[in-house]
Amino acid sequence: MPTDRSHRQPDEAGAPTTHGATAVAVPSRADELRDRFAGLDRVPGVPKPDPIVVADHVTRHFGGMTAVDVDHLEVERGAITALIGPNGAGKTTLFNLLTGFDKPSTGTWTFEGRSLSGTPAAKVSRSGMVRTFQLTKALSRMTVIENMRLGATGQPGENLGAALIPGLWRSREREITAQAEELLARFKLDTKRDDFAGSLSGGQRKLLEMARALMSKPTMVMLDEPMAGVNPALTQSLLGHIQSLRDEGTTVLFVEHDMHMVRHISDWVVVMAEGRIVAEGPPQSVMNDQAVIDAYLGAHHGTDLGDDSLLDEAEPAPGATDTTPEGTR
Amino acid sequence: MDWTRILTNVVGELVAPTTAAYALAAIGLNVHFGLTGLLNFGQAGFMLLGAYGFAISTIAGWPIWAALLVAIACAVVFGLVLGIPTLKLRGDYLAIVTIAAAEIVRIIGRSTALTDLTGASSGLRGNSYKESFQALSPFPDGNTAIGPLEYSNNSSNSWWIRIVGWVLVALACLLVWRLKNSPWGRVLKGIREDEDAVRSLGKNVYAYKMQALVLGGVIGAVAGIIYVLPRAVQPDSMGRPMTFFVWTILLLGGAATVFGPVLGSMIFWGALLLIKSVMRSTVPAEVMGTQQIEQFGWIVVGVTLMLLVIFRPQGMLGDKKELAINAH
Ligand SMILES: Nc1ncnc2c1ncn2[C@@H]1O[C@H](COP(=O)(O)OP(=O)(O)O)[C@@H](O)[C@H]1O
Ligand SMILES: [Mg+2]
Repeated sequence: MPTDRSHRQPDEAGAPTTHGATAVAVPSRADELRDRFAGLDRVPGVPKPDPIVVADHVTRHFGGMTAVDVDHLEVERGAITALIGPNGAGKTTLFNLLTGFDKPSTGTWTFEGRSLSGTPAAKVSRSGMVRTFQLTKALSRMTVIENMRLGATGQPGENLGAALIPGLWRSREREITAQAEELLARFKLDTKRDDFAGSLSGGQRKLLEMARALMSKPTMVMLDEPMAGVNPALTQSLLGHIQSLRDEGTTVLFVEHDMHMVRHISDWVVVMAEGRIVAEGPPQSVMNDQAVIDAYLGAHHGTDLGDDSLLDEAEPAPGATDTTPEGTR
Repeated sequence: MDWTRILTNVVGELVAPTTAAYALAAIGLNVHFGLTGLLNFGQAGFMLLGAYGFAISTIAGWPIWAALLVAIACAVVFGLVLGIPTLKLRGDYLAIVTIAAAEIVRIIGRSTALTDLTGASSGLRGNSYKESFQALSPFPDGNTAIGPLEYSNNSSNSWWIRIVGWVLVALACLLVWRLKNSPWGRVLKGIREDEDAVRSLGKNVYAYKMQALVLGGVIGAVAGIIYVLPRAVQPDSMGRPMTFFVWTILLLGGAATVFGPVLGSMIFWGALLLIKSVMRSTVPAEVMGTQQIEQFGWIVVGVTLMLLVIFRPQGMLGDKKELAINAH
């Protein structure tokens, strides 16, 4: 489990905060959410006590094929919601729709009560919903720190006119840089500060992309397979980062196709198969759901979903599984 | 072989107004391609529009500042017209549309329907629009020799146009340097790398690409004015080959660098003249006539461009390390 220091989040002004007794806060937040979710029905589309995203009748067709057909979905504010499902279930497509990178065939959705359907991607991001990509989009020929700075908002120098007058943007640039350096330290990328992003390993790029997304202090982050291709040693700290985001009040929706990755950190799990939501529930109960077992049957014939050997299959280094579980929860 | 004469000519070529005009056009293209990754294959169109805008409004009796504004306005409108339908699409669309649009400008310019305005294919004589520019010169009439170079002070191919041309080049370099190292330039660079990533970070990619297209086009239009001031506006001399030369110059000097376009233009025109002069005085006329040597020069340009892209894609001033990184 990552140390307390690595859990620390820079506050609004970019100065470090102690953030209370983090070690105690982590489990209590998870417990509180577990209680909040305990009373909910475990059915697809179940209403949440405090939803931040509400989607209705969202469909996306590619030719004759239906990639997404979500009747109703609510994502709880301040929780870690995992969106899982076998490959091709439509998870990435749903992400693309919600974040404005793709246009739905039908459907509407709101974010923090405001309609976001038809909103361009950049505006979605500015409204506080920031995503990462399944295929990492580190800006290879820019340095790590420049990648980070690009994630910041409120830099007047990003206007053509103001860019000509450094006096108008230097001080903001210093704030942004300080904030970026803190995040890099937290994600253990500070030694790579001035390297080209293209020279990082796959896992480090995932971390960079996530750190960069946090530069704008989003209310909700959407991570598309943040663990894919990440080496087991980093997986552990990545899971820790996701949890600490939640503990600081950020809503997290993340995609994963292997349910074992999500079991220990998610507060709620939404299962997709063939474009539809087939099950929802707390992580432990959802794994025993018949619809979920059916959905995964194509991929893992007849295996028990709780069996950790599945994880070995998906992960090149089996050692990872031993370190993931209980402590993190 | 008269080396003194040849070298004098080459040195003269390095500071020629045409060299400055091409440097400026390549700086504009650098804003498109080097900073933003936009594939503009119609820079000559921006240049020709600038030249027409300036010449026609001057002939109509407008003062020089108004004529300059007209040229800039033409480039802005052309940039918007090209950008609005294409910048939301994949990069290749802009490339195709710019090639076609620049040709359309040239073909419309040379059409007989517009003879009164553009002089059709014979174009506009330099003397009909040079006067207001020459009148601004602070120098007395006459010739001045600096070292081996001697030009008239004010008329046509003058010191005055050289000074103005190179001052503009310096200002454009300063502008690009300032912008490249600003947060605005950082967004452009991000767009060059991966525009979806930049979109996901909340930047309006379309607006940035449009700004870059228009800004680079305006610099191209000013380059067009410098290009035609010592000669005439001839649409057929400002077609696809011109765009091709501007690209060669940019890649030769190094895209995404501040001084690459300037160095590229000097080396391009200097080397071309050197090759042609040396060949003219060494190759017997029976083997290669002047005409053929002229064409051979362009073959050398083509081969150079190919070798450059293969062996030194970062150009002379580019950062090898940066380019070595696989973009995706
Ligand atoms: N741009 C596209 N064109 C055609 N089919 C697509 C496109 N994007 C996704 N699909 C199809 O939609 C389905 C869902 O894909 P995706 O959302 O990527 O699944 P997941 O992320 O759950 O693995 C797949 O069958 C995929 O082939
Ligand atoms: Mg996917």
